[in-house]
Amino acid sequence: MKFLFDSDTWQEIYGSIRKNKVRTGITIIGVLWGIFLLVVLLGAARGLENSFNKAFGNFATNSVFVWTQSTDTPFKGFQKGRRFRLNMKDIQVLKSEYADEIKLLAPRNQTMNLIVKDFKSGSFKVSGDFPVLDQIQKKKLIYGRFLNQNDINSSAKVTVISEDMYKQLFEKDEMPIGQNIKINSINYKVIGVYEPSNTIDFDGDTAYIPFSTFKKVYNTANNIDWMMITANEAIDIEQMESDVLLTLKNLHKVHPEDERAFGSVNLGKEIAKFTGFLTGMQFLTWFVGIATLIAGVFAIGNILLITVKERTKEIGIRRALGATPKSIRQQIILESVFLTTVAGMIGIILGATILMIIDTLFGQGVDATLVNPTVNIPIILAAFTTLVVLGTLIGLIPAHMATIVKPIEALREE
Amino acid sequence: MIKIEKLHKSYPIGKDSLHVLKGIDLHIKEGEFVSIMGSSGSGKSTLLNIVGLLDIHDKGDYYLNGELIKDLNEKKAAILRNKFLGFVFQSFNLISYKTALENVALPLYYKGMSRKERLKVAMDYLEKVGLKDWASHLPNELSGGQKQRVAIARALVTNPKVVLADEPTGALDTTTTDSVMDLLKDINDEGMTVFVITHEEEVAEKSKRIVRLRDGIIISDTLTKAAKAL
Repeated sequence: MKFLFDSDTWQEIYGSIRKNKVRTGITIIGVLWGIFLLVVLLGAARGLENSFNKAFGNFATNSVFVWTQSTDTPFKGFQKGRRFRLNMKDIQVLKSEYADEIKLLAPRNQTMNLIVKDFKSGSFKVSGDFPVLDQIQKKKLIYGRFLNQNDINSSAKVTVISEDMYKQLFEKDEMPIGQNIKINSINYKVIGVYEPSNTIDFDGDTAYIPFSTFKKVYNTANNIDWMMITANEAIDIEQMESDVLLTLKNLHKVHPEDERAFGSVNLGKEIAKFTGFLTGMQFLTWFVGIATLIAGVFAIGNILLITVKERTKEIGIRRALGATPKSIRQQIILESVFLTTVAGMIGIILGATILMIIDTLFGQGVDATLVNPTVNIPIILAAFTTLVVLGTLIGLIPAHMATIVKPIEALREE
Repeated sequence: MIKIEKLHKSYPIGKDSLHVLKGIDLHIKEGEFVSIMGSSGSGKSTLLNIVGLLDIHDKGDYYLNGELIKDLNEKKAAILRNKFLGFVFQSFNLISYKTALENVALPLYYKGMSRKERLKVAMDYLEKVGLKDWASHLPNELSGGQKQRVAIARALVTNPKVVLADEPTGALDTTTTDSVMDLLKDINDEGMTVFVITHEEEVAEKSKRIVRLRDGIIISDTLTKAAKAL
């Protein structure tokens, strides 16, 4: 190990590198490119993963949405193609039958309406909701508050609107809280304004009004459009989904094997698809990056082999002067390791720089496509170590070639 | 110093083998200045390579400094070369990207001497061959005679037992040939054993003993006028 800290060793390496500047440069670029690609690809993949995570972040990922369509199988005297609706009775049955499994249950009614404020107007979604919605689909409020139980109990004519709606309907800097807006010609008092969600959002710009108010105003009786269910921890969400659907089919006299009657989306399952996609992409990233790295390392080995061939005579002279095969080998391997190390470091630095640029270009703002594109230090260290180990191994070949030639044959070489 | 008994060497050429050295007996004592003469193909270079541990013999015994050379591995050979032998080649064999001083210092590097110390020693030897002012020049900035003198300084720098010179004047003109041979003679006068290979009569005359080879055997072994004059 002593030779590693010997200034002479490095002087020898410097001498031989200086002699072949262009070739050394090209070789370095080979490895540099490999690790550069690895860093950038891994960083980009991570960025994409982060943005997916961010998108699903505010949403309870163990959610199931259920709505009704039309039956596809005749059952109990009903023809196929029958339309029906969910109702509050279903909610109560589900709540009592699945008390252990269901954490939150939000029945919802929605419609589109013209909303008017003084001389400004716009067509928006109006949604009758319970306060529980805020727990499933977190609302970030800029002004005021979300709906509460009192609003439900008193069927208050109050509404919570989105920031965009506020901007469309109100004057600039006008305080919205306490003002009245007309939804379908009925006055509602604005009690809150929420920020647009930067994650997935199934509602968009919606005026939220109390469920009980919606029921009265739109005369929906006990019917509901759809519901959101979230499961308790450690509950098999897919099992719960099929159990709930079966119960609902029973309540609505739908054939148990009717595939069309109920529509449902299991958010967890959808996310799993994305996660699978991400895993695949990361695998691809690793594969491409490592393959490129290996190609780069082979390039170094190749160049060193050529160098050794060209330097046969010099190596012969050195051996005539008393260089042991070991010292020749050490020097060539060290040269290889040195080149891979330098190339690796430059590659990592360049890669990190590109990731920084990507971050400033695509990683900022609410709709960022690549959030915080980074690569873990341990991963980089592992890649770097691999590089150095490969550099050593590949250096062994030219080193061996350099020493199997008899010194006299090496000297004869011209 | 060098003792060779019934030395044989042949090289395989295709299926046949070329018998180059056919039983050489040679004894060189410490402080001798010996020339090996012979036409090309007489086996003189092969002899020098074997003596210089750059090649291995097939049959016979070779003693260097009293040590029997047999089944030498490369590491051992390298150490022996570094310790006992100094080489001077026809084509100088200087390393092109190292200065004269660094070239001279190289054998000391393999000896494990510190950089500072070996540059100092190397400078002493460059001074000895009269090239102190050329220390920082690269070989391609030197004339042939200067290159050979750098090579001689390099051969001497480890203070070896024997200096082996393979056609040291082969690439030089008459004047520089004389100066290089005078240098080798000076070294010999200081007690160094010098072993020169040449095919030039005038060069051989500068040494003290001439051994003539033909077709792999020694045909004559005589003292020169210079030696008799002593």
